[in-house]
Amino acid sequence: MGNSQTTAAQEARIERSMRNDRIATGVLTAIVALVMAIVVSMVLYILAQGVGQLFQPGFLTEASRANGTEGGIAYQLFDSFYLLILTLIISLPISLGGAVFLVEYAPEGPITKIASTAIETLSSLPSIVVGMFGFLMFSVNFGWGYSLISGAIALTMFNIPILTRVIQQALEDVPSSQRDACLAMGLTRWETTLHVLIPAAMPAIVTGVVLSAGRVFGEAAALLFTSGMSSPARLNFLSLNFASPTCAWNIFRPGESLAVHIYKIYGEGSPEAQHIVWGTAALLMICVLLFNVLSRIAGKALARRMTAE
Amino acid sequence: MTTETDQFLKSVDSSERGPRVTGVAISDEVMLETKDVNVYYGDHHALHDTSLAFHKDEITALIGPSGCGKSTFLRSLNLMNREIKGCRVTGEILYDGHNINTKTENLYELRKSIGMVFQQPNPFHKSIRENITFAPKRHGVRDKAVLDQMVEESLRGAALWDEVKDKLDKSAFALSGGQQQRLCIARTLAMKPDVILFDEPCSALDPISTLAIEDLMLSLAKDRAIIIVTHNMEQASRVSNRTAFFYMGDMVEYGETEQIFQRPKDKRLNDYLTGMFS
Repeated sequence: MGNSQTTAAQEARIERSMRNDRIATGVLTAIVALVMAIVVSMVLYILAQGVGQLFQPGFLTEASRANGTEGGIAYQLFDSFYLLILTLIISLPISLGGAVFLVEYAPEGPITKIASTAIETLSSLPSIVVGMFGFLMFSVNFGWGYSLISGAIALTMFNIPILTRVIQQALEDVPSSQRDACLAMGLTRWETTLHVLIPAAMPAIVTGVVLSAGRVFGEAAALLFTSGMSSPARLNFLSLNFASPTCAWNIFRPGESLAVHIYKIYGEGSPEAQHIVWGTAALLMICVLLFNVLSRIAGKALARRMTAE
Repeated sequence: MTTETDQFLKSVDSSERGPRVTGVAISDEVMLETKDVNVYYGDHHALHDTSLAFHKDEITALIGPSGCGKSTFLRSLNLMNREIKGCRVTGEILYDGHNINTKTENLYELRKSIGMVFQQPNPFHKSIRENITFAPKRHGVRDKAVLDQMVEESLRGAALWDEVKDKLDKSAFALSGGQQQRLCIARTLAMKPDVILFDEPCSALDPISTLAIEDLMLSLAKDRAIIIVTHNMEQASRVSNRTAFFYMGDMVEYGETEQIFQRPKDKRLNDYLTGMFS
């Protein structure tokens, strides 16, 4: 009698657990489906609105006219990439150095902890604050005005924590047997890092750098006050007079990224320029998606080349 | 696998090596010696007062259960313990007549003379050739002819040449586990070491590759001192001249291998050999 009661209670519990499991599976699936639906519908909507504009003659190859409401976005596209390259030139060596120090050299202790915390804090700073700081420091104090270099340094400030974290992770993932092998052959820690650890971590580093590039590429807030909200009306790509305001390569000239361009034109609310906003948004999104795809391809290709042929 | 073994057997020219005597001492020329070595990891006293001598032309096996301190001791001999945060080694380690356990010892020269082979084959993510030339280049060898000769000699020394001579520029990761381990040995040989430390070199390998490595160790012992940490008792008795037994951070018993395995004096060693614990 007592025995069959227990069995009934057990069965009821099993039944309940299985029902809960089914509900949980259903709810979790629904959440993921919702997220997917949001992402996909957003991407499709922006593409539907903007792709047509990308194929308008001159949109990708002409400078903007009439304060951005007419013409193309060639200079904004160029400035976005140029800003990205400048940012990487500054932030990559710093992040690499910081990560190598934290992983390979730093003694366990307060200094390392403080450094790690500082890096994390830097990554959580609101980008508009970073932009404001960049404006006061570089544009005003250093007298660089609205310039690409001010923008690149502002971008560097939040690119450094991301890159440092990625490179740190990549270095930590290199098996310690690789370190041992080097040190046991009488190589210094620096030789070990430079010739074995960094090459071994390269696929992960490349993936991380390209992914972070996607974030930098789409940044607007930090650039509003630093690189400014307009590209020069005319840029000369053949000029090597780096001090000239029309030289495309002059890092002290103002510049406008695609994201800032969207902000500016959309903010001005001129209805006749809506197609330019959508076209720019579509282009920006396609570029960022390409960065993501590229990072995977490059990382995988490098890893394959290194592990075997 | 069979072709690899055949090639290996062909490449080991036993006539050059001569029959090697194992199980008993064959030399009294000391190459490396420790006096009262203690190792601490932070507050943990991992190895107590260990004094041992390692002889030229001989293979010495370090045996004992896991955590007994044998690997800790081995890593003290080329000062690799210094790379572990919080690890401290006291006592004298005499190599070439002087104590190397000093702050001023040049690690980068020392580790050329005292090479090390690890448990997991750990070739670099480089070509077979570069795996060998990498360290010598960093140590200043530039002449391509010298490097080429070094590659061939080291690979022959590690009985790997015939298997890889046509693919020297292929990635080392394309090799089998046993071949990778022999490449790691070749890499160490390129530094022309007087002493080679083996830290359980066969524990990640299949039985055939294991025999290949053992055979290789026997050939490498000529003019060198070889020290091997192993969990495999058959291996210790097959290759070594002398054996030291470690237990709970103490070096319990040391002697000629035959005596250690057949007439152990210490009860703990006897228990270990009869499988009372492992």
